[in-house]
Amino acid sequence: MSSAHLPATPLARIMLTIAGVAVLVFLVLPIFIVVPMSFSASRFLAFPPPAWSLRWYNEYFSSPEWMLATAVSLQAAAATCVLATPIGVAAAYAIHTRKSRSTEIAYALLMVPLMIPHIVVAVGVFFLFARAGLNNTMTGIILAHTMLAIPFVLITTLSGLQGFDMNQERAAQSLGVNRLRAFLKVTAPQIKGSIIAGALFAFISSLDEVVVSLFLSGGPTSTLPKRMFVALRDEVDPTIAAISSLLIFASLGIGLAGVVASRRS
Amino acid sequence: MASERSGRAHVLLLLPGLLVVGALLLLPLLWLLALSFYDNGLSLVHYTRLFEDPSYAKSFLLTFQIAGAVTLTAVLLGYPLCYWMLGLSPTWQRVAFICVLIPFWTSLLVRTYAWLVLLQRRGLVNTTLQDLGVLSEPLALMYNATGTTIGMAHILLPFLVLPLFATMQGIDRDLLRAAAALGGSPRFVFWRVFFPLSLPGLTAGALLVFVLSIGYYVTPQLLGGGSTVMIGQLIQRNIELFSSWGAASAVSMVLLAMVMGVFLVMSRFLSLDRVFGAR
Repeated sequence: MSSAHLPATPLARIMLTIAGVAVLVFLVLPIFIVVPMSFSASRFLAFPPPAWSLRWYNEYFSSPEWMLATAVSLQAAAATCVLATPIGVAAAYAIHTRKSRSTEIAYALLMVPLMIPHIVVAVGVFFLFARAGLNNTMTGIILAHTMLAIPFVLITTLSGLQGFDMNQERAAQSLGVNRLRAFLKVTAPQIKGSIIAGALFAFISSLDEVVVSLFLSGGPTSTLPKRMFVALRDEVDPTIAAISSLLIFASLGIGLAGVVASRRS
Repeated sequence: MASERSGRAHVLLLLPGLLVVGALLLLPLLWLLALSFYDNGLSLVHYTRLFEDPSYAKSFLLTFQIAGAVTLTAVLLGYPLCYWMLGLSPTWQRVAFICVLIPFWTSLLVRTYAWLVLLQRRGLVNTTLQDLGVLSEPLALMYNATGTTIGMAHILLPFLVLPLFATMQGIDRDLLRAAAALGGSPRFVFWRVFFPLSLPGLTAGALLVFVLSIGYYVTPQLLGGGSTVMIGQLIQRNIELFSSWGAASAVSMVLLAMVMGVFLVMSRFLSLDRVFGAR
């Protein structure tokens, strides 16, 4: 796998290295700029900050509005994870164990939430919830986020099942264990990593979701991303830097855990 | 008998997911479709308006321009990155891959905020360029199409890299060795052997970036300012400013048709679960 097998002249190789490193810096640096910004003592977005302080973290943790929005988002993400994971795993199992025209269609339908622009999803669900009285409710946010998270669980579970030998489950069944028990005792433990990865991605997808929440949530049910969006649109409040830094470490932690989990299985 | 019973079990397993997606997505979309043809009776007025009102045409054109620029930027940055990563040792390859995934996992708002900090008038980009003597006056990098394009290219680049890198990894190295052994110069082997073999991944990644770009809302709204109105903002404005559901529905349907069309083309190059599989 050494680079010697890849066609490139020595000069091209040097230029390629410079380009590659530059693009990686372009990808990563903007995100880590936010962390020093969050320790700035200044109201203005000067970089590097003129003086250091924990002022914006203090602002965040002592603000009832920000704390409420954080609680709403964490609850919504937890509920989304709890609902979307079994729904997605059940569907993945059905799709994997029965290859037919109808399961193919079911798979395509369950993947639709991933393909439709969120602004269109937001408008459609907002219209529906206006009739159902679900706008500005926790139930509404959780339902919408669950729908959006199903494809993530479906994808990770299916990839786990692809690496699993279904004969093991058939063997358990032929020994008289019923289907559900065979799945729970034989299959599930072996694809555990993929299921956990799917659950983590469902959690993050809800925690980060902006556009749909912008339409569906409001007042005391405003999610954290909704409040952040409004704060960024109206005037750039440096508290966002503190929240962003916390979110960066949270999503990195969850993301890495997801990768580690899916590698294990 | 047994297969009939297992068929029923499969339906039961699929039912919750299909109910959620059907009730919360497909039903509202059908509703929007109906609304888009309604104006005190069956009417095409919401669609004809798209052609007659110049502000709609302007918005669609701008969306395609920005999506095109974002896609081009992603290709120009992503292709050399993937090719370079391919030649790295497994350890460094993993490090580089994590650097690609970090922005992928980070919240969209956080990334947009980072660009807000970098691109503003007195932001890091402008002050650095001024300190270096490259600029005498700060550039207007934000609240216009430039800022939107930079921010979106950064956010969407991983969607190009993941399918492209997977395709490049699948290319048989023996073909390259054989071409070189037969006397092909590095340039010849790259352009005549490697590049054509990497095209399916490049096409799929580029289409994915393009399709995600045309439906974007958050980044253009925050980095583009009031004058950069993309299709997504057109939909939001029709609802929040004018409460015009018919107009918003018609724009949504046109956007939806374009997005589904691109996905259909893309599925010829790469299966969708491979495209999204990395997340």
